[in-house]
Amino acid sequence: MGPLEIADLIKSKFSSDVKDVVEFQGQVSVLIKRDNVREIMRFLRQTPELYFDYLVDLCGVDYLGKKEVRFEVVYHLMSIKYNHMIRIKAEVPEDDCSIDSVVDIWATANWHERECFDMYGIVFKGHPDLRRILMPEDWEGFPLRKDYPLKSDLGAKEWKKFKEVIEIGKKNLAYEVR
Amino acid sequence: MSVKRDLKTKLLTINMGPQHPATHGVLRLVLELDGETVVNCKPYVGYLHRGTEKLGENRTYPMALPLTDRLDYVSSMANNIGFCVAVERLLGIEVPERAKYIRTIMAELTRIANHIVWIATHALDIGAMTVFLYSMRDREWILELYEMACGARLTVTYPRIGGVRADVDQEFLDHCYKFTEEFPKRVEQYETLIDQNRIWLQRTKGIGVLTAEEAINLGLTGPTLRGSGVPYDVRKFAPYDAYDKVEFEVPVGKVGDVYDRYRCRMEEFRQSNSIIRQCLEKMPSGYVLAADAPGYDMAAGPRKKPAQPSAPKAEGAADTPQPPANQPAEQGPAFEEIYVATEVPKGELGFYFVSDGTGKPYRMRIRAPSFVHASALPKMCEGSLVADVIANIGTIDIVLGECDR
Repeated sequence: MGPLEIADLIKSKFSSDVKDVVEFQGQVSVLIKRDNVREIMRFLRQTPELYFDYLVDLCGVDYLGKKEVRFEVVYHLMSIKYNHMIRIKAEVPEDDCSIDSVVDIWATANWHERECFDMYGIVFKGHPDLRRILMPEDWEGFPLRKDYPLKSDLGAKEWKKFKEVIEIGKKNLAYEVR
Repeated sequence: MSVKRDLKTKLLTINMGPQHPATHGVLRLVLELDGETVVNCKPYVGYLHRGTEKLGENRTYPMALPLTDRLDYVSSMANNIGFCVAVERLLGIEVPERAKYIRTIMAELTRIANHIVWIATHALDIGAMTVFLYSMRDREWILELYEMACGARLTVTYPRIGGVRADVDQEFLDHCYKFTEEFPKRVEQYETLIDQNRIWLQRTKGIGVLTAEEAINLGLTGPTLRGSGVPYDVRKFAPYDAYDKVEFEVPVGKVGDVYDRYRCRMEEFRQSNSIIRQCLEKMPSGYVLAADAPGYDMAAGPRKKPAQPSAPKAEGAADTPQPPANQPAEQGPAFEEIYVATEVPKGELGFYFVSDGTGKPYRMRIRAPSFVHASALPKMCEGSLVADVIANIGTIDIVLGECDR
């Protein structure tokens, strides 16, 4: 099935949730509201003629100041059986930065959602183990947000425990530090 | 006996890694053991996180290219090609035929080199040491071929957006041909060393079994998925470069255990070899870099093409900066996005770009196969013996540089 047909199918089934359908270079993205994301995903997974059994990728995008709604969670879905693809994007506002988890539909979403939480601070409701994954557990801030600096001025953004670790190290040293 | 009733067992928590020779990098596993059986397995990643995605957002597309070398450092050429294919699709750049063939040769050489490292370390972990020495000798040959083409051995940055950096010479093609003649014998050599080995069979057959549904649901790709019998290969499903012009088969397994995945990769050696051979025979002449390939500063913006298509550039001209365009990009905040996947040796490497019309990607997302494969470890290890954890880490073929990005 062509990607535009799939988009039409989603539109006819969830007309109030679909906000926009865009095609570029043969790839179609469907922009949806986040409220019914699980129902839409389950529909895509379980409808026999769609059969999106493979969640290729899940990631966040920060449109700070560029779009009305700041965050988007992007799902790339693919059906290995039929070899068709679709991109679903769910809007996530900054003031209530959360969306439903899809881990029970695709197990691979587990780490992708953790990474998205780690990098953007988007909370996935219903995720079994939502922790930071790439950054240290006590890290402050969300690195891939657009207002997060690329280079930090050391001091303000210094890792808090750094001094502590140095102190402990000094204490444990049997010999004098030269 | 009353003594026996009073004895209590406790789950033993052990920490494997991040500094452990069998974890192929800085992967840390926290294992809970009941005797020899793994009850709970929790992987911790992120020790090698360098913020590649954030760095990519602050560089132009050509400047972000060298970052991709550092993802999967044993198959850096394949990462470069994946990045270039994605950017070309975004910018609408048509790659010259010769460059497509050169890239396909390079991608397949990389596949062989990667699988060589894989078989060497995997066999070493499980206890077959001999194959390590033989296979590393052959990897050297491929690294020399790289060196001949671009001067670098590991972090090559040889492909460019719109082609490759420089044309290959006849010497390279001759050596490459010699390699394809010799290499199938070498594969046989590896197989005689381990294929009939009783210890190898016992350590791999029936270990880490994943059914096709489980494997797809976990998002596995590449030989790790094909071992479970799913013939999913990006080279067949969405051909790029010259893959639609060569003939090859996609080997699949049946059971989905460590042994099947091993067989898949051994068969891929032969298929890759045959692809290189076909490419060498069909290699067309011509330019190796598109006329509208962007300079490193991308001053003209990604959607801008030269007003008059000038003559194709000479070889190696990609590094010369282009004159800045007079008019600014006319698009406002219209975002264009693209997801392009390529089949790197480890699986599906996808690049998702959001472009805002400037020379820098607004968002550069890397869908790394190693990251997804590492997330499958708990499913594979729980319930198995602790010794099989090593076999499972080996069979999913992860590199932590790519996993942590």
